[in-house]
Order: sequence, then structure tokens, then C-alpha cells
Amino acid sequence: MPVMTIAKAINEGLRASLEASPTTLLMGEDIGALGGVYRVTEGLKAEFGADRVVDTPLGESGIIGTAIGLALRGYRPVCEIQFDGFVFPGFNQITTQLAKMHARSDGMLRVPVVIRIPYGGGIGSVEHHSESPEALFAHTAGLRIITPSNPQDAYWMIQQAIECDDPVIVFEPKRRYWLKGEVDLTSPSGDPFTAHVLREGTDATVVAYGPLVPVALAAAAAAAEDGHSIEVIDLRSVSPMDFDTVTASVQKTGRLVVAHEAPTFGGIGGELAARVTERAFLSLQAPVMRVGGFHLPYPVARMEEHYLPDIDRILESVDRALAY
Amino acid sequence: MDVVQSTAAGLDSNGNGVSPAAAGLDTPDMVQLMTADGDLRDDARFSDYAPDPDTYQGLYRDMFLIRRFDQESTALQRQGQLALWVPLTGQEAAQIGSGRAMQPQDYAFPTYREHGVALTRGVDLPDILKLFRGITNGGWDPRKHNFQLYTLVLAAQTLHAVGYAMGIQRDRTADPAVPAAASVAYFGDGASSEGDVHEAMVFAASFNAPVVFFCQNNHWAISVPSDVQTRVPLAQRAAGYGFPGIRVDGNDVLAVSAVTAWALEHARQGKGPVLIEAFTYRMSAHTTADDPTKYRASADEESWLARDPLLRLETYLRANGTADSFFERLEAEAAEQAGRLRRAVLAMEAPDLSQRFGTAYAEPHPLVQEELRFWQDYEAGFAPEKDGGR
Ligand SMILES: Cc1ncc(C[n+]2csc(CCOP(=O)(O)OP(=O)(O)O)c2C)c(N)n1
Ligand SMILES: [Mg+2]
Repeated sequence: MPVMTIAKAINEGLRASLEASPTTLLMGEDIGALGGVYRVTEGLKAEFGADRVVDTPLGESGIIGTAIGLALRGYRPVCEIQFDGFVFPGFNQITTQLAKMHARSDGMLRVPVVIRIPYGGGIGSVEHHSESPEALFAHTAGLRIITPSNPQDAYWMIQQAIECDDPVIVFEPKRRYWLKGEVDLTSPSGDPFTAHVLREGTDATVVAYGPLVPVALAAAAAAAEDGHSIEVIDLRSVSPMDFDTVTASVQKTGRLVVAHEAPTFGGIGGELAARVTERAFLSLQAPVMRVGGFHLPYPVARMEEHYLPDIDRILESVDRALAY
Repeated sequence: MDVVQSTAAGLDSNGNGVSPAAAGLDTPDMVQLMTADGDLRDDARFSDYAPDPDTYQGLYRDMFLIRRFDQESTALQRQGQLALWVPLTGQEAAQIGSGRAMQPQDYAFPTYREHGVALTRGVDLPDILKLFRGITNGGWDPRKHNFQLYTLVLAAQTLHAVGYAMGIQRDRTADPAVPAAASVAYFGDGASSEGDVHEAMVFAASFNAPVVFFCQNNHWAISVPSDVQTRVPLAQRAAGYGFPGIRVDGNDVLAVSAVTAWALEHARQGKGPVLIEAFTYRMSAHTTADDPTKYRASADEESWLARDPLLRLETYLRANGTADSFFERLEAEAAEQAGRLRRAVLAMEAPDLSQRFGTAYAEPHPLVQEELRFWQDYEAGFAPEKDGGR
């Protein structure tokens, strides 16, 4: 099995989709000759031409809005938003148009648009380049939201997103773009809208997704040295959310810690906490703990290492849950 | 084109700039093929695109029937049968003229007021009322009519029209046998200020997309006059994007039809987008929830009565041999239409909420399925018991 980075895996996934169907096309800012600011689309314009790898004018509403029109004509556009903090000029098109088109047409119109958004911090960047806005989209019915954490998932989930008849936002963990791993080019990682148990354990469950998955795994390894057996789940899909896999785990471990970079208030961790409490209240031996960003605008680069959840912050929550 | 510069002295009592060239007055280069008195006029550029005289009666009939549809819908709203109605009276020529200039393979992206365009695209008129009765957000199959659903978020559909046009381009590159087609983006003078219109025009110009931007400048965005939106005639904006912009007398169905036919041909031939500003007037309220007496003088409304789009064509037809019986037959047809509309609306039942769970997503979604099961169980709890015992 080839070993590649997440960025390369997405690139290969996009190439496979472009090859598989003439209706797939990519659009975004600087995705052509440059290959995108993260080089995720590198080489694709040379291979598939400017009509299928489209350098658009600079306008996020324009990118999403024209993608909707292309989808209405039978295309499957994959839009790159250059950075998480710059999706907001397109927020209106995503939430009022893209998300609702199928429902408002009583199921007659499908708009299979994919939106790729590099997200999250940890890269020492300037303002608006380190955010995690997934909860803002998860609140909107009609959208699906997935986030791969490794090259194998990255390669397959981007293709599955393109094949899906619903609009899908793919949040790509930008600080993990260079993370390497094996990719099985012949068999997919299963349903993209389900969670995966990455490490089995008995004392507590840690759920993470995207950039925090390696952190959660490292925290579990550290906890093992202290004699605690931690189960780690990669959520993979933020909407729909795989409550069943998490609930089954909590029924076994009795404790749940949810970790994400986004602020905890109004976030994905709160949703998971509520659902698991409804489903497995009597299994819980401690309140569900959340580890995440504070209720602050994302801080400046020189402070972000203190802001971002790390191994110790996850372990601190695990310890509190275990001590309950 | 003379553009009146705004000056401090040009502010009205509300502090708004007054810019006659922008909104209040016709400009000398406004295309017109029939005067308000019903006299034909020549236009060097567009007379060749004017509809055939054989079609004048048909155009009049469309305008007449859609105005009566408008009146009947307003009445249905007043009687509590519709939650809201959005009248089009005054804009019949702009809508019928542009709609009839389209070919079947063209695709229109309307706002919420394009009932006249809907008629030209073959939408069954009662279907339009489903949205306003509150039983769907759609009402017709857009693919069947090449007429997108109404869009209530101002200007959002202009980008969809451009994207659709980009799709036409790609289809034709892949297969030259695909018929040349264009999309038409409808929007209003108020919506012209939205950023999406700007992005739509930038994208359209950049990709040379076959799209016609059709702006109905009806002089009002609810209570705000159009010179708050623009200080130059809206058609002039096209120059900044690098494509033609044409102001047409929006109450002259012949001129609107001719200019739109020209623009569609231009777009279909691969020459790029066109902006049409149809200079017209919203003769009625913004919606049935609106009260125009609060913001505009009745003199303003009355000054447009003489330019009524139906009146001038009726004058022409009567002076050129159309018999009274034609108009009498239209009356009968409108009465029949009104009855059919009323019966259809009264028969429209509210759908069951459980149906909505099936349309939020195209593919199965576990949360939606779970919530549907909850809803059905919850509802079943209210059902009378089977043995009838209570
Ligand atoms: C994005 C957005 N903002 C505000 C509104 C509320 N609104 C509905 S119609 C309207 C005025 C629109 O004026 P115009 O574009 O001239 O169209 P007209 O109603 O005259 O046909 C406003 C402000 C809306 N529908 N969408
Ligand atoms: Mg208006």
C-alpha cells in the first residue's frame, strides 16, 4: 500500500473523481496553476484543463452560488474555500440556498456540491486562518459535514463526498496535511458518515475528530502508562453524527470526554454530550467532559499553543472523569 | 447619457440624494418600440428583433390574464386563503415580453414576483399559489419548465443563473449537438445593491457565460426609492463589468421582447452576458402586508397610470382592427381562470409534517429518520384507541 500525506491523498482522491466522471469539476481561488495554497489540487489543472479545474474570480459567495447553478445543470462541483475564516462571505449561499434546495423543491432538485475547507489552528498563522467553524454548519439541516484525520480516510472520504447526492462540507485538518499514512487504493474505509473506534479501552471514551485525533491517541497512550485504559473514537462525520458508536462505547466505559479545537460553547461536544446522556444515562459514571477552545476569538499565533487542546488538557478531563 | 452628479444641495428632506437620471426620469437612450399612446416607433438596433404583429394579441392576452390572476390572488389573500401575496401589476410587459422572448431550452431564475414569466414558461398558475398558501416552498418542477423555483433571498439566484450558464458552456464543449441556450437572472432595483449581483456579473464576464441579467427597475424596494440604490441608470453598471447594458421601456412589451431576444441571441452565440434594465413601475403595494401610502405620494402612482403596459397595446390593437369580441372573449377567459384558481386554492391541503422528513436530504440520514420515528410515535399517542373506547 502506498504511503502518502493527507494533502496528497486528497489530491489523489480528487484525481480519481475527475477521472471517473466528466461531470466532476473543481473550482476555487488559486487552485489552478498554483495548485491551491496548500497544493491540494497540484497538477490537476494541467491534467484536466481549465474548464474542470477552475480558477474562479475572488468571491466565496460567487464560488458557492455558481456551483449551485452548475449542480442544477447536472455537474458535481467541488469548491475549495482557501481558509476556514473566509467561508463567511459564502455562508448565505451555503445555508439559505445549498442546504435547502432539496427540501424546498420537495425533493425534485439535487445539488451535490462539495465544499472543501482547510480548518483548525496550530500553524502559527495570522488572524482568520486557524478557525474551526464546523458547528455553525452542523446546525443547518440539509448539509453533511465530514472531516478525515488520516490519509486513508482523506483519499476515500473526498470521493464519497463527491458521489453523495447531498451537499457535503469536507473540513480538512490543515495542520495535518503533511501527516503520512498508508492508503489502500482498492478498498474504502466504509461509510463516511460513521465513527471509527481507533483504540479500544475500558475506563473512559475519548471522542475527537480531524486535527485532534492524533492528540487523543497520544493522550490515550500516556494514560495507559498510568494504568488507564482509554477508548479513542474518531468521529469522522460531524453531521450526521454517529451516536450509536459513541453510545455503545460509553455503555462499556461509563465515561466520555469529547475534544475539539472549536470553542466548547454551542459546539459539537455539547451535542454529543446531550445525545449520549439521553441514550446512556444509567451507564454514565461521570458527567460528559468537553475539551475545546475557550469562548474567545481565536488567539494570536504566539498564544495558540496555550489555547489549543493538547495531550495534557485531554488527560486533565479524563482524570476528572475517572475521579468522579 | 447625462448623469446628474450628486451634490450636497441635491439632498431631499430625508437626506437622500435626488438623482433624476438614476431613477425618476426616462433617459434619452431608453429603447421603446411603442409609445404610451400606442404608436409604433422604430429603433435602429432593435426593431429587427421586435415580435411579429401576429403575436401582439397573444402578448396582450398573456398580460391581461396575468393581471387578472394578480387581482384574484390579492382577493384570495384578503379572504384569508393565502398567507401573503406579491402583486405584479404594472410589470406585465417586462415579464411577458422577456419570458416570451425565451426559447424552451433557455432557463429562467426568478425572484418572487415573476408570475408573468411563470406563465410564459408553462407553469400552471395555481401552482404559484402553493408557496403563498404555505403548503410548499416550491410548487412546480423547475426542470419541466426550465423555470427555477422562486428565490426569496434577494439576488441569490443571480449566481445560480451564472453557474447554470457555465454548465451550458461545458455541455456544449463536450457535445456540440447540445442546443445553444442561455439563462436569465431576474432581480430588482433593490436587489441590485446586493453583493451577489456584483459577484454574478464578475463571474459571468470572466467566463463569458451565456446569461442575461434582467433587472426590473420598478422604482421601489419596499419603501425605498431606487435612487437610494443607484446614482446612475442601472444599465450603465454593465460597462464596469465589460458587457452591454440596455435600458428598455419596461412597460412596452414589444421593446422588452425585442431587447431580450437580442440579448439571448448574443448570449447563445457565445458573445457573453448582457444586462437589461426594464424601466417600469410597481403599481401596487410591495406585498399584501405593505402600505405604500406611508412612503410614496399617490401622484407618483398616478403619473404611471398613463404608461400602463396593457393600455398602450390595447389602444394599438383597437386602432388596428382587433374586434371588440377579442376583448370580450378575454373577459370570459379571465372569469373562467378565476374560478379555476379559486377552486384549486381551496382544495390545497396542508401537507403532513412527516412528509418533510423525506426531503431534507436526498440520501438517508439517521438523525432525520430517528426524529421521524419520534414524531410518528408522538402523533400516534393522540390517535383514538382502536376499540373506540374513550
Ligand atoms: C437578502 C434579503 N434581504 C432583505 C429581504 C427583504 N425584502 C424582501 S423584498 C425587498 C425589496 C426588494 O426590492 P427589489 O429588489 O427592488 O424587488 P421588488 O420587490 O421591487 O420586486 C426586501 C428588502 C430579502 N428578501 N432578502
Ligand atoms: Mg424594486
